[in-house]
Amino acid sequence: MKYLVLLYTAPGAEPSPGTPEFDAMMGEYFSMDSRMKDTATFLAGEGLQGVETATTLRKRAGKVQTTDGPFADTREHLGGFYLIDAPDLDAALRYAAEIPAARYGSVEVRPVMAYE
Amino acid sequence: MTPAQALDATLRTDRGRCLAALISRIGDFQRAEDALHEACASALVHWGRNGVPASPTGWLLRAGLRKAIDGYRREASAGRHRSAMEVLAEEEAADPDPQVIADDRLRLIFTCCHPALEEKSRIALTLRSLCGLTTAQAAAVFLDAEPTMGQRLSRAKAKIAAARIPYAVPGPEDLPDRLNSVLTVVYLIFTTGYTQGPGLGTDLCEEAVFLARLLQSLAPGEAEVEGCLALLLLTHARAAARVSAEGTTLPPADQDRNCWNAALLSEGKTLLDRAIARLQPGPFQIKAAIAALHSETPPDWPQITALYASLHVHEPTPVIRLNHAVALAESGALHAALAALAALREGLADYQPYHAACAEYLSRAGQITAARSAYDRAIDLAASPADAAFLTRRRALLPD
Repeated sequence: MKYLVLLYTAPGAEPSPGTPEFDAMMGEYFSMDSRMKDTATFLAGEGLQGVETATTLRKRAGKVQTTDGPFADTREHLGGFYLIDAPDLDAALRYAAEIPAARYGSVEVRPVMAYE
Repeated sequence: MTPAQALDATLRTDRGRCLAALISRIGDFQRAEDALHEACASALVHWGRNGVPASPTGWLLRAGLRKAIDGYRREASAGRHRSAMEVLAEEEAADPDPQVIADDRLRLIFTCCHPALEEKSRIALTLRSLCGLTTAQAAAVFLDAEPTMGQRLSRAKAKIAAARIPYAVPGPEDLPDRLNSVLTVVYLIFTTGYTQGPGLGTDLCEEAVFLARLLQSLAPGEAEVEGCLALLLLTHARAAARVSAEGTTLPPADQDRNCWNAALLSEGKTLLDRAIARLQPGPFQIKAAIAALHSETPPDWPQITALYASLHVHEPTPVIRLNHAVALAESGALHAALAALAALREGLADYQPYHAACAEYLSRAGQITAARSAYDRAIDLAASPADAAFLTRRRALLPD
């Protein structure tokens, strides 16, 4: 079963680049990536640039409207994602619990729709 | 016995077991429930025509499997379910015997109480699936309309299927947390019954005791399960004495001990001793130990104080700190207790027992003006007219 794991954090909640805490956090991400790849869990995963780089688009009555910034005006923003393959929700949640973003923000686990 | 009576009797004792066995074979909560429902409808017809079978539970299981196969066949997407159908056909041919099939209710309760479901849905799903409450009865527990409860149950079952919440007893690394989630549901069912009383046609306290006993038989040797059952029994034993003739809620020390159920008390204490001997401490054992100490005359307050302090490590909530402060005061440390109470003011501003405790201990410390305003606040927040009247009488005893 595929799950999309969405990483949300508030600006400034995570350690800043250049600090030892940041390096430790990145180390956790790298070792987690390789562990997921070893168990064939990892399908895809990326970190995203900050929300100040986001553009939101809507099409209404055939006309495209773009706005500067993310869709939702919330404190925690989508900062990255994993697409994983796990046998069930418990297995997916165990991976999610090891993501550093779970400590600094929150992690949402969503099953991927299966079209047959 | 008419077929309808036989079916009622079978469902009362074995519905949870049938449903658990069907889910494990069909692999889908909703399909299993529908299959059991259809099997029951068939039972009324067949049993009326051919008599009640020797094993009504086995008959329902077999019919349920057949209904599930029919359900898969009816669907246009039957090809997708071929493997499921083959498994079910084999199962059905093997003629499941309820004496032989494994009891899958432990898996079922872990699924129903999965932390990925909303707490209220966990309670409702457990009452519906394990205790056999109807949707209408489950709705009444929460004072919800029946369709609202029906939707909640459907949403929960749809999430179990869509997110693939496993139908399994968790592995050792997850077990302590997940068991705590299950026991918390059982305890919430009990406390709901405790507050509401048996007036809804369903005694939730009895249902909670049933669930705790079921867990104890399915997962023997788990100290927290024994602790939870002990807690329920020790609390339930005092049920008849906890409200005075005037309707006031009484603390154990003021209750009429002749109304306590001695058999339940002694069973609870024996269970607690057995749990503690396993040396796997946990919050339910601590709560049970506190309940056991409350049934002694006089209660050992210093020990209760120490137990609340260790409970706070597991559950760092303001209500536990309030109970700790009360135990401190009763142990004789009045000033330390008042300082602890003052620190809780913000977190418990709308909690009636907080103000009642402040009133009592401020008055014992001679701070009469402060005690009077604490009584005023507690009376404003009182849950029943009887409790308000009791607090009003206490306030009247304050010196001028």
